[in-house]
Amino acid sequence: MTSYSTPESIYGPVSDWATDFDHGDPEYNQHAHAIWTELRGTCPVAHSDRYGGTWLPVTHEHVREIAYDTENFTSRAVVVSTVVPEDPAPIGGAPPITSDPPFHHEARRLVLPPFSPKKIAEWEPEIRRLCNELLDKMEAGAKGGLTVDAAIEYAQHIPVNVIARMLGFPLEDDDLFREFVHDILENINGDPEERIRSFERIDAYLKAQIDDHVTNPRDDLTGYLIDVELGGEKLPHEMVGGFILLLLVAGIDTTWSAIGSSLWHLATHESDRRRLVNEPDLMATAIEEFLRAYAPVTMARLVAKDHDFHGCPMKKDEWVLLPFPAANLDPAEFENADQVIIDRAENRHAAFGLGIHRCLGSNLARLELHVAVEEFIKRFPDFELAHGEEGVVWSVGQIRGPRQLPVRVLSA
Amino acid sequence: MRIHVDSEKCQGHNRCYALAPELFDVDDYGNAVVIGDGEVSPELEEKARLALANCPEFAITITD
Repeated sequence: MTSYSTPESIYGPVSDWATDFDHGDPEYNQHAHAIWTELRGTCPVAHSDRYGGTWLPVTHEHVREIAYDTENFTSRAVVVSTVVPEDPAPIGGAPPITSDPPFHHEARRLVLPPFSPKKIAEWEPEIRRLCNELLDKMEAGAKGGLTVDAAIEYAQHIPVNVIARMLGFPLEDDDLFREFVHDILENINGDPEERIRSFERIDAYLKAQIDDHVTNPRDDLTGYLIDVELGGEKLPHEMVGGFILLLLVAGIDTTWSAIGSSLWHLATHESDRRRLVNEPDLMATAIEEFLRAYAPVTMARLVAKDHDFHGCPMKKDEWVLLPFPAANLDPAEFENADQVIIDRAENRHAAFGLGIHRCLGSNLARLELHVAVEEFIKRFPDFELAHGEEGVVWSVGQIRGPRQLPVRVLSA
Repeated sequence: MRIHVDSEKCQGHNRCYALAPELFDVDDYGNAVVIGDGEVSPELEEKARLALANCPEFAITITD
């Protein structure tokens, strides 16, 4: 994928962000911070008739309350789109992210160990090597006086490569994985039939990979899921495919977005960039602040039963977006919430969610983000947007980050 | 000073282990556990407070 095309929508342009919002409209992610600020002051829970009815809370208090409430809100579908998956609760189509208690707990325990901090730390040398390989290629271009695209040539490759290795999938299929992610997470308001066909295509690919692992067993995450037991029995292959769907899709454009947004910030905030170059020990704290300010992931729930949420009449099977990035920018929860303070020491951000669905891959995402930003500014201590904000293209949908980020390297 | 982790509230965000590995460890599932009996030596008190202030789930408490 060398350039980015905005998906076709079956809905028209948004008429009003409080009553007709559409997170699948390109304007939404581009102006997300301003939209959330306005809604927070006027209408803290917005509603839109799109997608069969969607709610959008924007305060930390409301987002937190919904995240913790697994009775009134089900996770069986977590991507708001024109198609509501049929997979029933409590398992859903991609456990454990689509699972509810009590199944969720058991499913999650199967996949927590390979993503624990100590297991993930083993990947650091590999991630650093990969980042430097990408930077070598970019540097060759930059020395020729060219601009480089920090999203296309750098950020988008890092998480894909790592998760493909973990799953034991062919690394050369990386373009295909990005297509899957684009189809699932960005083509959300297109033709429903086409969306169903995309899912069938992904299912067929995953089935072929699982079959290959059965024929040629190997020591990777796919092999682990094929062999592991839940309640004394191996998982049906369809469920193995569900687990893999989550691992493949959830880890790719999320982390790529976080890397891209952090580099966008450093391209546009010279003093922060210089400070990080001069004070590398500040990186871990700065990364948490980038995660707070540019949290890439908005989750979603379906309303499990009709109920009143702070005066909002929520109907069963309506969608509820959970914009953790909006919660992170709530002045009721964070001092100077709208300012990026790279040495913010106290930072209880919710970038990886709250409650039982805390991002399974958060340790991997943090490591990739930290190493990617660290290696980038080590190699390119000075860079700026090559074509201003007009050159930056933001993603569409629940995952927010730059899909095109052309930067001019000033000193290499 | 003594620290506690509420294992019901901890969701494995791993902030405490990253900020104060002298005081917190993580189990195989990535959930936090207090090292030893949770007693904090004076030179680590600031780190303990920092861990508490960065836990998104409010799972850490400090008693004197």
